[in-house]
Amino acid sequence: MSARTLYSKLWDSHLVRQEADGTALIYIDRHLVHEVTSPQAFEGLRLAGRKPWRASSILAVPDHNVPTTHRASGISDPISRLQVETLGANCAEFGITEFGMGDIRQGVVHVMGAEQGATLPGMTVVCGDSHTSTHGAFGALAHGIGTSEVEHVMATQCLVAKKSRAMLVRVEGELRDGVTAKDVALAVIGRIGTAGGTGYAIEFAGKAIRALSMEGRMTLCNMAIEAGARAGMVAVDDITIGYLKGRPFAPQGAQWDKAVACWRALKSDEDAQFDTVVELDAGQIKPQVSWGTSPEMVVAVDGRVPDPLVMSDPVQRQDAERALRYMGLAANTPITGIGVDKVFIGSCTNGRIEDLRAAAKVARGKHVAASVKLAMVVPGSGLVKQQAEREGLDKIFVAAGFEWRDPGCSMCLAMNDDRLEPGERCASTSNRNFEGRQGPGGRTHLVSPAMAAAAAIAGHFVDVSQS
Amino acid sequence: MRKFTVLDGLVAPLDRANVDTDAIIPKQFLKSIKRSGFGPNAFDEWRYLDHGEPGMDNSKRPLNPDFVLNQTRYLGAQVLLARENFGCGSSREHAPWALEDYGFRAIIAPSFADIFFNNCFKNGMLPIKLDAGKVDALFKAVEASPGYRLRVDLELQTITAPDGAATGFEVDAFRKHCLLNGLDDIGLTMQHVDEIKAFEAKHRTAQPWLFA
Repeated sequence: MSARTLYSKLWDSHLVRQEADGTALIYIDRHLVHEVTSPQAFEGLRLAGRKPWRASSILAVPDHNVPTTHRASGISDPISRLQVETLGANCAEFGITEFGMGDIRQGVVHVMGAEQGATLPGMTVVCGDSHTSTHGAFGALAHGIGTSEVEHVMATQCLVAKKSRAMLVRVEGELRDGVTAKDVALAVIGRIGTAGGTGYAIEFAGKAIRALSMEGRMTLCNMAIEAGARAGMVAVDDITIGYLKGRPFAPQGAQWDKAVACWRALKSDEDAQFDTVVELDAGQIKPQVSWGTSPEMVVAVDGRVPDPLVMSDPVQRQDAERALRYMGLAANTPITGIGVDKVFIGSCTNGRIEDLRAAAKVARGKHVAASVKLAMVVPGSGLVKQQAEREGLDKIFVAAGFEWRDPGCSMCLAMNDDRLEPGERCASTSNRNFEGRQGPGGRTHLVSPAMAAAAAIAGHFVDVSQS
Repeated sequence: MRKFTVLDGLVAPLDRANVDTDAIIPKQFLKSIKRSGFGPNAFDEWRYLDHGEPGMDNSKRPLNPDFVLNQTRYLGAQVLLARENFGCGSSREHAPWALEDYGFRAIIAPSFADIFFNNCFKNGMLPIKLDAGKVDALFKAVEASPGYRLRVDLELQTITAPDGAATGFEVDAFRKHCLLNGLDDIGLTMQHVDEIKAFEAKHRTAQPWLFA
């Protein structure tokens, strides 16, 4: 057989059938479910008298609507509460495992799934959530789907799909101190644009990617969707296998050895052909800060807000002008001159233990600036929170003036009570800086956890690679 | 699913790139456990001057006169003309639900985000990719002629302007078949149950840990 990409291997090994026009049925190994995009799918099953094909492949968790404070008193918003209760009722009715709000394993679905070992190399993973691309970090084919597809996968264990093109993003060299997977992700999006990966599955490779922890790889794959690619992935290596060993849903004993032998083949062949190759030099990447209302509107922290007047493309210029108006920023302002009102550390992008460690390292012994109204740390899951507390990170944050919250999606999309007020500016470790994303009129700057913590301390953006 | 065959509809232009699904239907409306009723909140933050929440009487809210869809000439539009990367961001199917509930059946843009594009077909809507030059020309034509309509014929794969000029477009054969006949994907896939079972048995033997 000719040389294949990792993506092709994953596709081929799940192909059930294919129509003449390339439309295929692919088998799905793992289905993650949360409360927002599933109620209509469960309702569809009920109306048609169908049951899940393989209920044991489904793992559910409420995350978008859950409060991050006073959890014991429940959800105050009745509409949010009904959605979370509906998930619980549906899981009970259809025999699906759910980690409810009181469970230590509850958390953001993409943090929870990975830390449970529910995402394994070689799997196909879907979820009614665009950031499902996160799970590609394990050498899996993982992507977001719509609610009709959630119902389809529940009913048939398959997804109707067409094969994407393959893109290789190769990052060679070494990242400088203070530069993280988040900065790599933003730098890639800055280079290829938010539609640069449309129609592609991206494989991240190169020395700098191999050097990333699983947490870093998840951050990177998580943001593949912000580059337009439904799926991002990284080949399996010792770091992948080391992370998975002993996880609750990972195979044990003899099965583990067999699985590992199988997983070792999950990498692109030496001479595999990609449709597009993008190369970055890790040593040239600086900490990134987004300045606009799309993740591609991003510059290095030592840069300035761009000037729309020098943009030659009229659509791009008009978008930049609109973004600057929304963000309340003047062209050519130095990024380090931008002050922040709030700081959010968390999300499926950057709510893992390594992210909290990086932020705590910056915050240790310092204090949040007086001009910052709120700096909050929201662990990605109950287990991340527990681990952080074992390491004393909570004490560092609290002593520095950060709020230490309960796990959930929180202010990444502000479906619960955590949100920006109109005009407020936020340094956020989340993934989207769209208009209104963190609250109507709110202004989001996407950064890494260390950069967010540093902005909280200084009251404005600072270059953590220079301190 | 509702069939899509021929649509003769008024065209409304939304002249901005990277329109994301958070803009199409803001998060507070995603708390609904139903799949209908999202139309009055499509583009909520752009469309109204106040802040919208679920349960409000939208007919009493102040409209933003600067938002294009609020202009009288575009009321009742069924074809949305858009720019690059329409529907980017979140996978929320509430976005096509909202657009469909608003009254749109077809969206024309130079490019769409993958998940949104896919979600449209599941809801009887036709997203059409045309090259940027053609889309640009359509924006100019719509702007210049109030009441501008397009006839979209899925069977023939053509878009016909009021002057009779026709433009072809591409669509996957399978998706076209499903839309033309209003076919439910699950029903179609269920015709292949035996193949799925055979695949599953083989897969389970090769990688039993996936079925633990």
